[in-house]
Amino acid sequence: MIEKFLMYWEFPFVRYALIVGVLIAICSSLLGVTLVLKRFSFIGDGLSHVAFGAMAVASVLKITNNMPLVLVITVICAVLLLRTGKNSTIKGDAAVAMISVSSLAIGYLLMNIFSSSSNLSGDVCTTLFGSVSILTLSINDVWLSVILSLTVVIVFMFFYNKIFAVTFDEDFAKSSGVNAEAYNLLIAVIVAVVIVLAMNLVGSLLISALVIFPALSAMRVFKNFKSVTICSVILSATCALIGIIISVLSGTPVGSTIVAADMTAFVIFFMIEKISGGFVRP
Amino acid sequence: MTQIKCKNLYLGYGNNIVVKDLSFSVSAGEYVCVTGSNGSGKSTLIKTILGLKSPISGRVEFCEGFTKNQIGYLPQQTDFQKDFPASVREIVLSGFQGKCGFRPYYNKTEKDFAKQAMSKMNILALSKKCYRELSGGQQQRVLLARALCAAGKMLILDEPVSGLDPVASSEMYNVINDLNKNDRVTIIMISHDIEAVKKYSDKIINL
Repeated sequence: MIEKFLMYWEFPFVRYALIVGVLIAICSSLLGVTLVLKRFSFIGDGLSHVAFGAMAVASVLKITNNMPLVLVITVICAVLLLRTGKNSTIKGDAAVAMISVSSLAIGYLLMNIFSSSSNLSGDVCTTLFGSVSILTLSINDVWLSVILSLTVVIVFMFFYNKIFAVTFDEDFAKSSGVNAEAYNLLIAVIVAVVIVLAMNLVGSLLISALVIFPALSAMRVFKNFKSVTICSVILSATCALIGIIISVLSGTPVGSTIVAADMTAFVIFFMIEKISGGFVRP
Repeated sequence: MTQIKCKNLYLGYGNNIVVKDLSFSVSAGEYVCVTGSNGSGKSTLIKTILGLKSPISGRVEFCEGFTKNQIGYLPQQTDFQKDFPASVREIVLSGFQGKCGFRPYYNKTEKDFAKQAMSKMNILALSKKCYRELSGGQQQRVLLARALCAAGKMLILDEPVSGLDPVASSEMYNVINDLNKNDRVTIIMISHDIEAVKKYSDKIINL
């Protein structure tokens, strides 16, 4: 098995997939903790559908390097969603559901009308489940992913305490002089960036799993914010690594395999919680 | 010494005015209680003082060098805080966030002050415990310690004893009273508890 893996290691696309996969897993799990706690889980889901719609637009316009366009559209939608969240006429969750469903529908419609490809359902399936695209990354995609994910990690570390304060208690943070709106905006933009990155790994349908599972697993066992964040990052990176290696060796779809690994980890952590009653790491 | 003057305040949501023409002032060291039925605008009033909401008309003035940044706030607990994985220390320290500016981490002075605030609230031994595993009274004292870290001249408390049992409630009232009498902290408290309001407050604002 190791020989087989070493053989695959010779191919650059396998190395690219491993690097990008682990980086994305780290970024998405960093945000996952905040998103799950802020009850923002569906913003991730909604934005991934927006990114799907944007990709459809890009492919209709025959833009080969679609990453920048998708990134811009998703960031704009993330900001808009956050704004409508404050608007009382359409509540936050309804706005997310609306944008999510519309962009999914429009995306598929556009691909259906304008697609030059003979294998339309195959294309859609690939975009949704990301089964192939991580194995077709170019060196430019890898560099873009590396730079963006490094930025996400640095921004998160720099604003870690502020993100904690805003997540735990927005009203209090505001009253003590923290610009909570700005940090919510920052979180929305980072989320959008991470989702566009993650589209390449697991596709738009499975992104929520990548964002939510590591955080939920870590929360089963650890009881303070720092340990939960660190644990979910390590867990997510490990699951991504294992998932990619298994999928390369046995030919299973990459995205689904990673999510299966995340689900397994969740079940294990859930059992640990039940058995030990949880423990606190100082 | 007057700290806050509210002049002809009209508060409400959209076209729905709940508080009409309210004027009052709060002096240093006073213990002010805000009472009234549900929906009478108690929370809206304190959110206006804190600058989280703007009044429909009228104004809130800070007097004689007193500023909004010197007010500590104890909000009502939200549902999701009850399963939030955070240690007591992390929460108390987050009170300093408003003073940090762009500095990413807390400095030594702040950490020491947080320790003092925790020992004043009698929760120092719990500092590594998980917030969601504490009793209701302990959780309120954690939030009070955080408010003290944010500011120490005035505390605004939104129903600090709601959901607490009688023993925890009276402990909470004692802690607040001590802060008022010993540390000369001005208190503005929303309460439904008529007994406590009569016993402790210097001034009652009934909406």
